[in-house]
Amino acid sequence: MSLANIAAGSSPPRDQAGVLDELRGRFGDDAGTVQPTGDGIPTLWVSPDSLQQVMRYLKTEIERPYRMLFDLTAIDERLRANRQGQPDSDFTVVYHLLSFERNADLRLKVGLKGDYPSLPTMTDLWPAANWYEREVWDMFGLTFDGHPRLKRILLPPTWQGHPLRKEHPARATEMGPFQLPEDKEAREQEALLFHPEEWGLKRHGDDEDFMFLNLGPQHPGTHGVLRIVLQLDGEEIVDAVPDIGYHHRGAEKMGERQSWHTYIPYTDRVDYLGGVMNNLAYLLSVEKLAGIEVPDRAQVIRIMLAEFFRIASHLVWYGTFAQDVGALSPVFYMFTDRERVFSVIEAVCGARMHPNWFRIGGVVEDLPNGWQTLVADFIKYFPPRLAEYDKLVMQNAILKARTQGIGGCSLDQAVEWGLTGPNLRACGFEWDFRKKRPYSGYDQFEFDIPTAQGGDCYGRAVVRVEEMRQSLRIIEQCLKNMPPGPYKSDHPLATPPRKERTMHDIETLITHFLGVAWGPVIPPGEALVSIEATKGINGYYLVSDGSTWPYRVRIRTPSFPHLQVIALLSRGFMIPDLLAILGSLDYVLADVDR
Amino acid sequence: MDNFWPIVIEAAIKSVFIIFVLATGFAYMTFAERRVAALLQTRLGPNRVGPFGLLQPLADAIKLIFKEELIPGGADKVIFLLAPVITVIPALVILAVVPWGPTAPIHCCQVTIPGLNITLGGAYFTIQSGLGLADVNVGLLYILSVASIAVYGVVLAGWSSDNKYAMLGGIRSSAQMVSYELALGLSVVGPIMLAQSMSMVDIVNAQSRVWFVVYQPVGALIFYLATLAEVNRAPFDMPEAEQELTAGYHTEYSGMKFSLFFMAEYIKMIGVSAIFATLFLGGWRGPMAEQVPLLGMAYFFAKIAASLFFMIWLRSTHPRLRYDRLMALGWKVLLPLALANVVVTAAALIDTTLFAIVVGALVLIGVVALAAYAWRRRASAGGRAAVAQSPAT
Repeated sequence: MSLANIAAGSSPPRDQAGVLDELRGRFGDDAGTVQPTGDGIPTLWVSPDSLQQVMRYLKTEIERPYRMLFDLTAIDERLRANRQGQPDSDFTVVYHLLSFERNADLRLKVGLKGDYPSLPTMTDLWPAANWYEREVWDMFGLTFDGHPRLKRILLPPTWQGHPLRKEHPARATEMGPFQLPEDKEAREQEALLFHPEEWGLKRHGDDEDFMFLNLGPQHPGTHGVLRIVLQLDGEEIVDAVPDIGYHHRGAEKMGERQSWHTYIPYTDRVDYLGGVMNNLAYLLSVEKLAGIEVPDRAQVIRIMLAEFFRIASHLVWYGTFAQDVGALSPVFYMFTDRERVFSVIEAVCGARMHPNWFRIGGVVEDLPNGWQTLVADFIKYFPPRLAEYDKLVMQNAILKARTQGIGGCSLDQAVEWGLTGPNLRACGFEWDFRKKRPYSGYDQFEFDIPTAQGGDCYGRAVVRVEEMRQSLRIIEQCLKNMPPGPYKSDHPLATPPRKERTMHDIETLITHFLGVAWGPVIPPGEALVSIEATKGINGYYLVSDGSTWPYRVRIRTPSFPHLQVIALLSRGFMIPDLLAILGSLDYVLADVDR
Repeated sequence: MDNFWPIVIEAAIKSVFIIFVLATGFAYMTFAERRVAALLQTRLGPNRVGPFGLLQPLADAIKLIFKEELIPGGADKVIFLLAPVITVIPALVILAVVPWGPTAPIHCCQVTIPGLNITLGGAYFTIQSGLGLADVNVGLLYILSVASIAVYGVVLAGWSSDNKYAMLGGIRSSAQMVSYELALGLSVVGPIMLAQSMSMVDIVNAQSRVWFVVYQPVGALIFYLATLAEVNRAPFDMPEAEQELTAGYHTEYSGMKFSLFFMAEYIKMIGVSAIFATLFLGGWRGPMAEQVPLLGMAYFFAKIAASLFFMIWLRSTHPRLRYDRLMALGWKVLLPLALANVVVTAAALIDTTLFAIVVGALVLIGVVALAAYAWRRRASAGGRAAVAQSPAT
């Protein structure tokens, strides 16, 4: 079955575990050991020697292959308690693969022994593995043999140590006072010099000398601190190397010293335009680990707010995208509308961009009185505005000329490079987790998944604009069908616990005290839950060793692979096109660097 | 040599007046741009300094004067300093040949300059003087030549800044301005032929019955588009495209040197609007203008203001063209169109039959060219689709 068939037809049945039998049939006992997990994703420990064979088989030879390298990360296992009979290892590299034909995930783990072990690279199989492997090297110090350019990616080139290793301090106060002696200053200065060769760029072509242009990290067109090193022939882009990490705040490391509950506000800041959408991905994972069922009303409140944030995020994209191709006015209209969205969000959450509103097992509070009027007003207000923007932006001849046929990629390329969300759907592939793997009760809603053809800048724009209309449909259904009932689960791990009975029986009082003072103790295990966030598929891979804080938090963000693909999309185009491409990709640098 | 000094003094007074009008016009043009754009963008714009924010340009000027003047270490200092001057002077002198109103009586009195032993005129007298600095018989040629000097300023600024963004901006603008000058030059041939003169005064006089925009709609359109490109206004503001080149050729400029570029851009906007009004909208002409010269001036300013408003409106509405498409538009659309316009105008001036034949032939050529273009485009689009479906790399 090809990808196009999935797009056109009904979604294939989910087939998670079948692959294990197929692997055993092909490789016998070499396939590795199976680890039971709480999230239902089949998990297989593979030896480093057979890794490449297994991967190649899974990607190219197996029927209904695993085409997408969804995520690649590592775990420092040295301090982990409650390993639950997993094979012994000091470091574990974790590969998450995604099969569209099976609608299934597969988790492969490679256990490594030693302080700075190494393993073979996957870059020849998946180009998307490039940045992921660099990140693992940067964060853990694991070497990937055969990697074309294994350099630091998120941290500065002069950084000492690998932060996600357990021995690396988590706080600046643990690192001793900062000092900058002269020799260190000289080293830092030296590291700032630009040598094209170190970036994999050529100075000369056959009959031309190239110009190098440093776009960013301070540049009006990059939407934040992103640097792109361009190799130019005239104004034509020969090669582009994105340099990320300027927005890195160590969100994953922070997770290891926050309680499960107090980490929620940190997630708000990852995709800072997505607001509660980040809470949702994180909490669905926690709830999966804890086995909490969220009541209906809380689920619908979550969906409604998530869709409001999808509209808010897309509005920011809409305006800035138009501005990136030179239209000055639209951004003001769209920000005005975003204020409307925020006024609803503010009435519900009390905050605007970083609402920190979802909780383990539900939401903070019930909806305020009169929320229906606000939501209904917005539903009436917004569609005519969208219609006007269609005329102003999407049907503008100059904008079309600037974006149609620019920065396109084929569906195969998109899958290969790990594109998700609107950027994948712009290639004509109807893949949306809200439909394919309905979470949080999305299966109860009627909405369509817009797609476009060609995967170019204009196609990506078309998808997002239509998504706003569909989000509005979902919100309208939330308004009309808001179920009654509690807004938070009465599961003992729901945090903070429901307060009604705390003063009546000692059991509830103690649970409440512990849950608030220490934070909930989440049972050991690991879970990855992915949602269709504003920019693509956002997943939180959480490892618990039965403590009040996570052992490892891995945030798989959609923007990270979206930036990696810039070079592919922009080669052969001109600088103005690069800006249109950046605008159409819709990334948030906090989401890239975490 | 008797009337040498009176002519010099008359010219000096008029020059001071024109420069004053342009400088104030520039200041309030920036203000108008910000307020009008704000209006179109549901904002307020600057409204704090003085009534309705009217003193904002003054505040801006004070701020800019006191700003630190930075010169990049690697810059070519002499050229770096010279570039804004080269840019702003043509903008200031370009309007010298444009008539601001009809010939008007000007009342003078005798002035004696002590020590020089020169006496000007009688006790009280009245002279008839055109409301304009000079009536040059090659006025339009003067405008075209002065306008093309400005490109040096932009190119030199981009080159001398020792900054790649500035250089890209400078290169873009040199290509753009040179290309659009051709279409610009050809689009004014229509009014020249109709008026049988290159003098701006004659051209205005020739429009006493009908504005040339009626005879020359295509020429007027080409002229307007080409001037937008000449003054680097959106949607042709490639050289300073903010989202791409940060600020283009004036990236490294600050303080008053920066404001000189700004000044040149806005004064040129006023200048080309004045020329457009003169060539195609009848200049100062309007009801009762000949009887009340000041009314003529008012008409002229109103026409300039309308054109300027249109420029602001355009900028707020449209995205920016891509640089290579801009060049394609200039060379492949505007230039042939302007040529055809000249041919049609010439034919129409000679004979009606010839006019019909020429129009017929041109329409035929146009249809064939369009068909060939559409066919090639479809072929290349098919090629592109094939590339897109190629296997993943």
